[in-house]
Amino acid sequence: MTGQTTPILEVDDISLRFGGVRALSNVSFNVNKGELFSIIGPNGAGKTSLLNCVSGRYSPQEGSIKFKGQEVTKMTPNHRAELGMGRTFQNLALFAHMSVLDNIMVGRHHLMKNNFLSGGIYWFGGAQKEELIHRREAEDIIDFLEISHIRKSVAGTLSYGLRKRVELARAVALRPDLILLDEPMAGMNLEEKEDMARYIVDLNEEWGMTVIMIEHDMGVVMDISERVMVLDFGKNIAEGLPHEIMSNDYVKRAYLGEEDDADENASDEVA
Amino acid sequence: MAGYNMMRCGEFRTTYEKDTTIFPTPMSKKFALLGVLLCVVAPLQFGEFSLVSPTILTLMIQIGYLSIGALGLNILVGFTGQISLGHAAFFGFGAFASAWMNNDFSIPVFFSIPLAGVLTMAIGMLFGMPAARIKGLYLAIATLASQFILEDFFARADWFTGGSAGALANPFELFGFQLSGDRSYYYVVLFYMIAMYILAANLMRSRDGRAFVAVRDHYLSAEVMGINLTWYRVLSFGISSFYAGIAGALFAHYLQYVSVESFNLFLSIQFIGMIIIGGLGSVMGSLMGTAFMVLLPEVMQGAAGMITSTDWGNIPAITEGINFMKEMVIGLAIVLFLIFEPDGLAHRWRMIKAYWKLYPFSY
Ligand SMILES: Nc1ncnc2c1ncn2[C@@H]1O[C@H](COP(=O)(O)OP(=O)(O)OP(=O)(O)O)[C@@H](O)[C@H]1O
Ligand SMILES: [Mg+2]
Repeated sequence: MTGQTTPILEVDDISLRFGGVRALSNVSFNVNKGELFSIIGPNGAGKTSLLNCVSGRYSPQEGSIKFKGQEVTKMTPNHRAELGMGRTFQNLALFAHMSVLDNIMVGRHHLMKNNFLSGGIYWFGGAQKEELIHRREAEDIIDFLEISHIRKSVAGTLSYGLRKRVELARAVALRPDLILLDEPMAGMNLEEKEDMARYIVDLNEEWGMTVIMIEHDMGVVMDISERVMVLDFGKNIAEGLPHEIMSNDYVKRAYLGEEDDADENASDEVA
Repeated sequence: MAGYNMMRCGEFRTTYEKDTTIFPTPMSKKFALLGVLLCVVAPLQFGEFSLVSPTILTLMIQIGYLSIGALGLNILVGFTGQISLGHAAFFGFGAFASAWMNNDFSIPVFFSIPLAGVLTMAIGMLFGMPAARIKGLYLAIATLASQFILEDFFARADWFTGGSAGALANPFELFGFQLSGDRSYYYVVLFYMIAMYILAANLMRSRDGRAFVAVRDHYLSAEVMGINLTWYRVLSFGISSFYAGIAGALFAHYLQYVSVESFNLFLSIQFIGMIIIGGLGSVMGSLMGTAFMVLLPEVMQGAAGMITSTDWGNIPAITEGINFMKEMVIGLAIVLFLIFEPDGLAHRWRMIKAYWKLYPFSY
């Protein structure tokens, strides 16, 4: 780290337990403003739990989390969203009965002011005007993520890949400074993955969002990340530039070990 | 908001404003306007003649105020995904509150009706507090408790309800002019009904309405979208009670007498029946379900009358059975709808419209 960059997220020594299960043990890391930061690790390593601590779904028993310099460890998820944090979920979590457009408009919630009173009298209290302004914003996001053909579709009826994309759109609609993506490419085919990787890079570079991404696809992770952190058994076992992570011995054994085994098996067979 | 999107084929919207109207198609707008026009014109009286008999007028008034209450419950249950078994108690609270403000503080009925709505909203939010923490069956039990607590309150609070004697409510008045007769009061109810339905339709296409549906569909991601779950769950009780309060107040000044026994659990269940039959999460469904619930006993009565006027009417087992049937039929209707038409009348209506739009290419 260069030392001059400002951290947008500071996770300091957090531990999370579920009964006897230690999901996270003394995890610390910083994410700098403007970074594309990836978290990798085997199944059950605690990646989602870590993201849940950051977004406020879980609260760690120990440690502290600071967002934009502000202590947020005990803050509710909706308050964190207002501060500029957005996220997507590993298992789809769209508003299934709403249209794609309405899903995205929900993302504008904290940026809008109209309420049940002014909304009820729609035409007279400025609600209509505000709705239309935010509708335009929503359309920009729809264009960017290339989902204009399904904007009126009911979210729950879409294909898996499209739902993932709508979920991203909804999180982008918050206009977050920090966006947390939990396996955005899981279950996608190669083409969909390439699209998604392009959107994420664009969000980072052109929309100026800091990205934290959990992803299993090492190819994508090494391609687009600026820094990578490795979690295993709830511990932060390595952190660094992609090529440093690739050559880290512990990582090779713990995470990329499968490939070595495969190679050994292959050579055994040949021999 | 229930999410069906069936535009007339070949229809394209050119501006976002046109794309966010209450009515999905210009056709449905014309249809609604026609309905309103019919409701305005039909009950007019020309000398002795009117299209609408006093009996039918009574039913129309009943459908009017009850449908406002049903819409309130639908906002809570259908749109926000909560449950209330105490809706009748809030309906009753509004009835007493309006009579009380008018009798004890000489607030004109014109103002006491909306004020009763506001007061009931406050009470509803108070009783809706548990919703901030509990859901599902537990919430159902908590709202059942509010039903009984309020019923008990009605029976004891003589100062508010007149106790077992009940409360007298004055007829509707407008700047000193008293409206007399059902025909004029009908228009008061009609005005409120249309206004409350428009408010709800607007709510559902703006920020807070979307928040309700988001809380219903996936509360965890709603929270991550910046929605304060506690506030919206309690607010939903508030708005639902506001509707119940207005409906109750309209009921009070229609009957001009409010009895403490009218607002029991059975009425709460009937409200639930209305929105299930009409369609959970559908604004217009609330009206359809209410009409169904109000008209069903009438139709039953008519059918029973026809049977008892035949030779079978002399068989005691059949006449008694018919009376028993009338009570059961509401429960039966709810069950049948849950099984065969779980999306309610509103959904069926949309299907019929979609069918005719494409006719004769209805595949
Ligand atoms: N709500 C919960 N209650 C109990 N245990 C939980 C809960 N959430 C997570 N855990 C446990 O915490 C550990 C870490 O789970 P987590 O979902 O964070 O892993 P992950 O790294 O995201 O795995 P994956 O790659 O499969 O998504 C697991 O042992 C899991 O069983
Ligand atoms: Mg996970």
